[in-house]
Amino acid sequence: MTEYAKTAEGFSCPAPLPSTDRVLLGHGSGGKLSAELIREIFLPAFSNPVLERLDDQAIVDVGGSRLAFTTDSFVVKPLFFPGGDIGSLAVHGTINDLAMGGARPLVMSAAFIIEEGLPMQTLRQVVNSLRRAADRAGVSIVTGDTKVVEKGSADGLFINTSGIGRVRQGVALSADRAEPGDTILLSGSLGDHGIAILAHREGIEFETTIESDSAPLDSMVEALLDTGAAFHCFRDPTRGGLSSTLNEIAAQSGVQIELDDRTIPVREQVRAACEMLGLDPLYVANEGKMVAFVEASGAERALRAMRDHPLGHEAHIIGTVTRRDGPLVTLRTAFGTTRVVDMLAGDQLPRIC
Amino acid sequence: MMKYLDEYRDERIARALVREIGRRITRPWVLMEVCGGQTHTLMRYGIDDLMPRGLELVHGPGCPVCVTALETIDKAIAIASRPGTILVSYGDMLRVPGSRSDLFRTKASGGDVRIVYSPLEALKIARAKPGERVVFFGVGFETTAPANAMAVWQAKREGIENFSMLASHVLVPPAMRLLLGSRSNRVQGLIAPGHVCTVTGYEEYEKLSADFHIPIVVGGFEPVDLLEAIAMLVAQLEDGRAEVENQYCRSVRYEGNERARRIVGEVFEVCDQKWRGIGMIAQSGLRLREEFRAYDAHCIFKLDAMTADESPECISALILQGLRKPTDCTAFAARCTPENPLGAPMVSAEGACAAYYHYRRHTARAGSTHD
Amino acid sequence: MCLAVPGQILDATERDHVRYGRVNFGGVVREVCLDFVPEALVGDYVVVHVGFAISRVDAAEASRTYELLKEMGLLEGEFASEPSESEASPLETEAGRSENDGDEIPRRISR
Repeated sequence: MTEYAKTAEGFSCPAPLPSTDRVLLGHGSGGKLSAELIREIFLPAFSNPVLERLDDQAIVDVGGSRLAFTTDSFVVKPLFFPGGDIGSLAVHGTINDLAMGGARPLVMSAAFIIEEGLPMQTLRQVVNSLRRAADRAGVSIVTGDTKVVEKGSADGLFINTSGIGRVRQGVALSADRAEPGDTILLSGSLGDHGIAILAHREGIEFETTIESDSAPLDSMVEALLDTGAAFHCFRDPTRGGLSSTLNEIAAQSGVQIELDDRTIPVREQVRAACEMLGLDPLYVANEGKMVAFVEASGAERALRAMRDHPLGHEAHIIGTVTRRDGPLVTLRTAFGTTRVVDMLAGDQLPRIC
Repeated sequence: MMKYLDEYRDERIARALVREIGRRITRPWVLMEVCGGQTHTLMRYGIDDLMPRGLELVHGPGCPVCVTALETIDKAIAIASRPGTILVSYGDMLRVPGSRSDLFRTKASGGDVRIVYSPLEALKIARAKPGERVVFFGVGFETTAPANAMAVWQAKREGIENFSMLASHVLVPPAMRLLLGSRSNRVQGLIAPGHVCTVTGYEEYEKLSADFHIPIVVGGFEPVDLLEAIAMLVAQLEDGRAEVENQYCRSVRYEGNERARRIVGEVFEVCDQKWRGIGMIAQSGLRLREEFRAYDAHCIFKLDAMTADESPECISALILQGLRKPTDCTAFAARCTPENPLGAPMVSAEGACAAYYHYRRHTARAGSTHD
Repeated sequence: MCLAVPGQILDATERDHVRYGRVNFGGVVREVCLDFVPEALVGDYVVVHVGFAISRVDAAEASRTYELLKEMGLLEGEFASEPSESEASPLETEAGRSENDGDEIPRRISR
């Protein structure tokens, strides 16, 4: 016989689930699950001081020269999207990882994992796009590899890259160097890439097509370093969005960050798409934007340098590092109240609720 | 500019409304907003921080994701795990914990689970994959029922036989009646859910208001909407009135949307429904009618009921009724987090616990917030 | 529950006796089922939930009530010297009393 609730005092709750025994899609989304995977599987296995800084690039001393070394994999689907494709994305992404360490990109590798049955024309298009992007950025693809896997084992095409760059003298940029008092700059609008991909996949139409912002940021980084301001950290907010990036930096540096909602640029249509799908632009991926943590005295100079650069016309100062006692990232709303900007657990899911 | 949205985020109007609330209030009052979307807005804009001391906002069970019965989630997981079956769902449901797993993990283990934004997309998948069974996880309040009904109705009309729905619909007024009638109820004013009322109208809320002598304002979802609704409730309470007023008049009419209700009536019938964390509430749910049994996944898929172990630490039920705040829970942000949720309100983006965790954790005060 | 967003109807068609339309949400265009709002015409705004319009925005009503709110907001800008984070104790009846009583407060609130 079913018990009817006369008053609503009884409570029930599911048992807590054991920590996951399988890798989930969320482990790749750049949020908390990704961090957990790194912490529990990769760091213990490979532990060394360079890796433990968890920067997007590794700075290693090689015979007196400081070199930046990075690796990345590109698994984007669809392969072609407004504003780019997996090839150009691969080049820009690798260059950006190096540039965020204050390094000038020198050479790259590109390894292709191709799904059996991929049209040759598609491969040609991707490779040409990759070459054009590398040429424009002045970087050579000096080595590579090709593997073909059975149908169904890859989404058409995966690309893995690695890149080497030379770190500028006197530059020490790292996620653990953010200091209370630092000003935080963002080079432009959030969410363009993620929404461009999503829109293309879901057939969402825009009045003017949203394009991915995929772009190489190395020349912007050069311009910033040229100002002579005291920079502590550069990062490009890719998967997991601005929120993940800032939370990571807050964690590595042990600081609290406060952002101002009114200063964070988001394109109108990106905002509208996010409203409709129940997504928050702070968590949506970017591929051509960067944040810079700079000592306050250099902030104006840095902002000017960003805005003077073709990729930085919408740059803004979006917040400050307020104190130690981290990690915590908060946002001051337009109403003057404060809320937490939390790290996502896994992927951001669209909601109806 | 998003018209009819952005104007209701105007900070000067918001401040004026906050000032008005402060001007009118002379005694402490406890107000409840029912809908998860409204909770989300309150947390996101920190509106509880702007309220005068003495005005307390508590959150109701307005999250259909949170209140979907455990057995139904388990059924969805079992269905998704079957070969030759595609489970199609709204994004909100993916991370809600069942007895042993959730849809996300099920997907990781090889189950075909897909996210859609609209039930019509689920139909599209069914048409495109005639060799597979496509089950749509139709969750929601009265707002979503018409859309879900339409999908089943179209499936029947077109004879899309591989399509079926696993329905879990809940109705707001019966739950409100239970809550307001409870011995421990502290709620003195209610913000009724604006999109539910867009479909249903608000006649039923007049009955609630009269029966419990409680003011009710049908409210929208933007900060200005909620502040205006709060101001209207405070005015009623201070005046000693108990009426139903419509703040969200740009979308809500007294009679609601008759066409939408009609299709719900054709496809669904009212039934008793189990609300997770609360229990069985009479006549508070919807199930597919006899004529649509061929499209009812509850009938098509015979599944053994699974029993769940109860965690005594989770206080979902008390939170869903506004008797406790998430910050009152001993497990909040410690053993219960979005990555390791003990209960549904921590998982759903609209759940009160998740909202508190994501937006207000830094101001969490320990200990009980009342008595 | 209920993420529903307002958008403007750009065009409407009928397929299998069901009315659909392209709706513009601040620059994003999506196809929406308009079957529940036969009174909504091209150019009207509708509130859309999971791909279905559930109401036609009553532009006149919205405008009327918003004008009252806007007045409040403008006056707030003129008379307020700082953001109001009202901490009025419920027992202090005169607390936070603003200069503009009565007329400017929307009728729905003030009675």
